[in-house]
Order: sequence, then structure tokens, then C-alpha cells
Amino acid sequence: MTLANVVLVVIWLGVTAYGLFGGADFGAGFWDLFAGDAEKGARVRTFLEKTIGPVWEANHVWLIFVLVYLWTAFPEPFVAIATTMYIPMTIAAIGIILRGSAFAFRKWAATMQRQRALGATFAFSSILTPFFLGTVAGGVASGRVPLGNAAGDPFTSWLNPTSLLGGVLAVGATAFLAAVFACREAAVAGSKELGEYFRKRAIGSGLIVGGVAGVGIFVLAADAPELFDGLLSLRGIPLMVASAAGGLTALWLLYNRRYSVARLAAVVATATVLWGWGAGQYPNLLEPAVTVSDYAASDTVLIALLLAFAAAALLAVPALGMLYSLMQRGVLGETGSETGESTESLLRTMLAEEGDQRRGT
Amino acid sequence: MPDLPFGIIADANLAAARYQMAISLGFHIIFAAIGIGFPVITLIAHRRGLKHRDAAALQLAKRWSKVMAVLFAVGAVSGTILSFEMGILWPGLMGPYGDVIGLPFALEGVSFFLEAIFIAVYLYGWNRLPARLHYLTLFPIVAAGIAGSFFILSANAWMNSPAGFTIGADGSIQDVNPLAAMFNPAVGIQYTHMLLAAYMVSGFLVASVYAVGWLKGRRDRLHRLGFVIPFVLASIAAPLQVLVGDLATRRLIDAQPAKFAAMELLPETEGGAPLTLGGLLIDGEVVGALEIPNLASFLGTRSWDGVVPGLDSVPVDEQPPANVVHIAFQVMVALGSGLLVLAIWFAIAWWRRRDPPTSVWFWRLATGAGVAAIIAMETGWITTEVGRQPWIVYGLVRTTDAVTSASGIVLSATVISLLYIGLGIVTIAVLRRMAKRFASGEDAPAPYGPGSAVSR
Repeated sequence: MTLANVVLVVIWLGVTAYGLFGGADFGAGFWDLFAGDAEKGARVRTFLEKTIGPVWEANHVWLIFVLVYLWTAFPEPFVAIATTMYIPMTIAAIGIILRGSAFAFRKWAATMQRQRALGATFAFSSILTPFFLGTVAGGVASGRVPLGNAAGDPFTSWLNPTSLLGGVLAVGATAFLAAVFACREAAVAGSKELGEYFRKRAIGSGLIVGGVAGVGIFVLAADAPELFDGLLSLRGIPLMVASAAGGLTALWLLYNRRYSVARLAAVVATATVLWGWGAGQYPNLLEPAVTVSDYAASDTVLIALLLAFAAAALLAVPALGMLYSLMQRGVLGETGSETGESTESLLRTMLAEEGDQRRGT
Repeated sequence: MPDLPFGIIADANLAAARYQMAISLGFHIIFAAIGIGFPVITLIAHRRGLKHRDAAALQLAKRWSKVMAVLFAVGAVSGTILSFEMGILWPGLMGPYGDVIGLPFALEGVSFFLEAIFIAVYLYGWNRLPARLHYLTLFPIVAAGIAGSFFILSANAWMNSPAGFTIGADGSIQDVNPLAAMFNPAVGIQYTHMLLAAYMVSGFLVASVYAVGWLKGRRDRLHRLGFVIPFVLASIAAPLQVLVGDLATRRLIDAQPAKFAAMELLPETEGGAPLTLGGLLIDGEVVGALEIPNLASFLGTRSWDGVVPGLDSVPVDEQPPANVVHIAFQVMVALGSGLLVLAIWFAIAWWRRRDPPTSVWFWRLATGAGVAAIIAMETGWITTEVGRQPWIVYGLVRTTDAVTSASGIVLSATVISLLYIGLGIVTIAVLRRMAKRFASGEDAPAPYGPGSAVSR
């Protein structure tokens, strides 16, 4: 395996992480949009907000990671994609801004009306962004991005059957993942009602996404023959089988309310689609014949990238672990920590002491 | 296509691309600076709260953690889309040189990730972590800001001072050395200048909010600390910034003479050049300026008769739009000096009476200090970016040759401008709302944190 291939695998790990973790955050916005009116949906919305609250900003890092590693390791193919796909990428970028800021602001809005406007912005752009990122993926996968400065068609590169499939699959997968994750969170929080609410939606969205993916094979056969051939190769078939098996297992587990394992199956079902795409297209980054080996940066650069990745893993994994364990604690109860007095309770003690002093004098 | 006077760019697509990049960066830089400086201020307050059992200081830290989280969110999303725009707008930079300057961006990603994680941990840790550990989570946030700004500034400094590669006979980029690119000759000074700017912006901005409170009669311990802690941080940074700024300017005489000439509005290379205050360059003549004889030479070379470069030190088609650079530079210097005066005023009062100045004029000026610091940072950034023109990579790639060939950038630039104007307005509205809630003593929920209404 060449260094370029190793870096490509690392980039694809980033794509997978963004698809799964970032995807679940987007999916939370999807369910937020369809949670009903302000009163009925309040419970669901608050719950969703809680599940993604602490992690959604950090999950941007996967996207940044993918972009930066792509442009460093494969600069020419990267600018070809970015300049040809500037319309969907700009829309996705706008979606990212709107979504993140509306989400952060929503809680502080003064009136219900403003809260609803911000909430709708958050939810709507949570669908917009994955859809347009999906169309970019579809355009690349169907070989519509030639090398060069804005050399591809600015419209048909992302307005085509494969792009549409990519967009719909992306939105569907985020919704499915978010619903499955929410089932598990609801179970941990001990809320049967929310668990059932999301179980229904997880199974429903899972069936739809599975159906779309099944039909998608035919779309690819007609619209993206190179990718289709790749998928039917020895590299592609195991991944497609794994995806179908993962999806069916997830549905069965959801049906039996075994949410913890269902999460894993859903992750497998989604991740294997992304890896199937990668495997189907390999060794071409772009069509025709813009290969990984021909367009990779020099080995020095690739080694530097891999070292940076190793450093990132060493630093970030423990930090992320800390955050997740905190979140679990938060879900289990907010009474404070068992290992020592929290700052909050310290502050309360201090304020009480001050009050005593003031009364004493 | 030759440019029109006053830096107006004749090519609409290029103008739109530059404008879109400028507004995207100009917006993000404010939040990035706050992301670097605000954690330091919060750390000082938090430390004081624990060490002196100071409830007001700890309460401030708690409020600030919530404000910080909201501002960090805007910074995170506005920063994320910059990596889109680098590729969308500047293929001629990222195509040939993406591998050269990729490493600092990758490392910045790591810093951002750690900052995002620990900000969340700190925000959520108020009632979940042991006090000691909770306090310690502030340190990685501060460290990530210091590191992350280095990486970004390293990439920007590289554009001014490209290093870490050779150009082959066929024009291809060879022997790429990412570390040499990252530690290019310009990075040290540019980074220090920006880090201090971030501390000044954060300090003066937070302090200015409490200055408004002081004028409104809120002068209890909490408000006093809320002013003093950030103001002192900014006041320490201000004089250092003047020194670093001087070094940065003098470095340009050799490194980027045309940028220096534009900043000082010097058409001709000469000894004993005057310092030009105000004024415009029209048809090669400086008009309407107040000139102080020999001062530009003295500031640049420490000799009254020293020779400093004029715009004529480079061919006409390599000269930056001098008027834009000159005005931006002078606004920055003027505001920076004003902030320094304010800092000295405070220092004298503190030295005498261990108390901030009582003059109402001090407080009135202090309310404007935050905005002044932001404008100084923005104009400083305009100085360095526009001063580098017509190059995107100094001496190697012209901005005209780097821009995307896609049409329609005028539309995306318009949409993104409107978006940022709207986002700016809403951000200010939300911050005011937060201040109101804090003032009314209503303990608002952590932003997007686990609110009390959450189901069990």
C-alpha cells in the first residue's frame, strides 16, 4: 500500500466520521423540523437539543479535516471539485452557518416567535446542508468533475440523477442515524415515550433509505457506469452486502427494542455505503483516470499529514472520551459529581456565606 | 485588466471573489479573536474566584462561559466555511500550493477540535465535575487558542513570505518541506502581532460592556471585576502591541518594500522621507497630507536620513493600491495609540489609588474601546492583505491568476454578505438579550445545554 493510499484511507475515515457523527447532528435537525408545533414538539426538540448540544461544534472538525487533507494530499483534484461544484458547496456552506448559529441562539431568544424562527432555520438548514453535500458526492461519483479550474459544468455536475440520489440518501441516512441514536439516548434517559416515538421513525426512515439505496443501484447502472462496475467488483460487493445486512439487522433490532446494538448495525449500514462509494471509484479520484497515485502530493507532505493525524488521535481521543462520559453523566442525572464538590455547589456555598455576612453586620 | 484608481478592481469576478473572502475572513476574525482571548479572561476570573473565595469573580466566569459558548459557535461555523472558500475561490493558490501550506491547516484543525471539546466540557462541567478538574479544563482552551492562531497565521505569513519548496525548470513545485513552509520568516512577528490583537480585542470588548454598566450606575463588585479583569489584560497587551507593530513595519522595508511604501504613502524611494499623516496618492502625487519631515525614515531605519523604499521600488504592475493600504494602516495606528493612552490612564489611576479612573470621560471612552480594538484589528488585517496585492503568494502568484474561472461569484458574494450582515445583527441582539437576563438575575440555561425542561 502506497503512502497516498494510506492517506486516502485516513481521509475516508474522516468522511465516515463526518457522515456518522456530523450526520446524526444533521438528522436531529431533520426530526426537529417534523416534531410538530411549538407546544407538541417541545419535548422532542428539547430532547434532541440535549443529545447533540455538547458535540455538534466539535463534529465540524471532521469536515474541516476532510477538506484540509484533500487539498494537502490531492491539491489539483480538490480544486477541481471545489471550483466546478461551487454552487452546491456554497449553499452547503451557507447552510452550515445558518444551522450552527441558529442552534446556538435559539435558547436565548426572547419570544416564542423568535425561538420558532431560529428553530426553523436550524432545522431547515440541517436538511439543506447534507442534501447539497450529497449532490457533490453524486457528481464526483458519476465522473462529472474534470480536472482544472471550474472546468466542469456548473449546473449538470450536481443536477443529475446520481447527485439527486446522493442528496436524498444523505438526508435519509442522517435522519435514520439520528433516530436510531435518539432511541438509545431515550432508553438511557429512561423515557419510554420518546423511545417509542423515535423507534417508529427509525424503522420508517430505515425502510425508506433502504428502498432508495436499492433503487439507487439502477440509477448508478444508468448514470454512473464506472462506479457501478466498481461496486460489482470484488472490492464493492462485500461492502454492499454488508450494508444491506447491517440495515436489515438494524431494523430487526429496532423492532425488538435492542437499541444499543441497533446503533452499531445502523453505523455499519451507513459506513459501508460510504466505503462502497470509495471502493467503487478507486483508484480514480476523478474521471477519467485522475488516479490517486498520479495526483498525490510528495511523500514528505503525506508523512507530515500522517504524523499530524497521529498527534490528533493521541490528543483528541482522550478529550472526546471525557466529553462523552460527561454527557452520559448528564443524561443520568444532574445532581453533581461523586468524586468531589462541583464548582456550581461551591459557588452556591460562597453566595450563601456572603448573605450570612451581610445579615450579620 | 488594469485596476481603476483607489484600489477599485475592474474585473467583476475577481472583485467579487476578493470581496467574498474579505467579508468571510473579516467576520470570522472577530470571533476567532474572541475565541483566543475570552478564555484567558474567564480563566483569570475563575482562578480568582477559587483562590480568594470570591463569589462575584466565579459568577462572572460562569456568565462568561455561556457567552463564550455562543460566540464560539458562530466562530466555529464561520471558520468551517473558510475551508470551502479557499478551494472554491482560489484554485490558483490551493492547486499548486495546497500541499505546501496544508500542514498548518491540519494542525489548526486539531487545535479547533480540542478547543471545541474543552469549551463544551467547561460549560457542562459547572455542576458535573469536581471543582479542581473543572477549573483545569480552562487551560487546554487557552492553549488551543494560542496554538490554533499560530497555525492560521503561519499560513497567512507564508503568503507574504513563501518558503519550504523550490520551483523546477518546468515551473513545477518541488522539494516541498511543510515544516519550512510553516516556520517561514514572516510567521514569528505576524503571529505575535495577531495574538496580542486577539487579547486586546477580547479584553477591551468585554470591558466596554461593563463600562456601559458603570455609566448606568452598576458599580457593584461584580461589575467592577467585570471591567478590571479584561481591561487589565488588554492594557498589558497594548504597549507590547506597539513594540511588535514597530518591528512588523520595519521588517517590511526589506521583505515587502511596496507594502511598506503603500502604508507610509511614499511614491519614491528616498532618504529622509517624511511621515505622511492622512492624504491620498493622486496621479503619483501625495495630496492633502500633513507631512512630518524625516520621520518615516527615522521610524523605519532609526536614522533621520535613512533610505526607505517608495512605491517606485517595484514596477507599476506590482504595486498595491496605496490609498487603501495607507488609510487602513493609519486608522489602525491611530486607534491602537488611542487604546494605549486609555490603558496608561487606567494604569496611573490604579497605581495611585488601586482603583479605576473616576473621570466620566475615561468611562465614556472605555465604552468605545471594544469597537475601536475591532476596527484596529480589521484595518491591520486590511493593511497586510491589500498591501500584499497584486500577489496572492508574494512574488510568485498573482491574485488575478489564482481566482476561480467560474462565473456567478458576484451572486455568492452578495448572498454571503447579506448573510453575515444579518448574522452580525442577530448576534448582537442575542448578546444584548443575554446581558439583560444576567442583569435581571435570571439564571438562564446553558446555551443548548441540558436545560431543566428536559425529560427524564
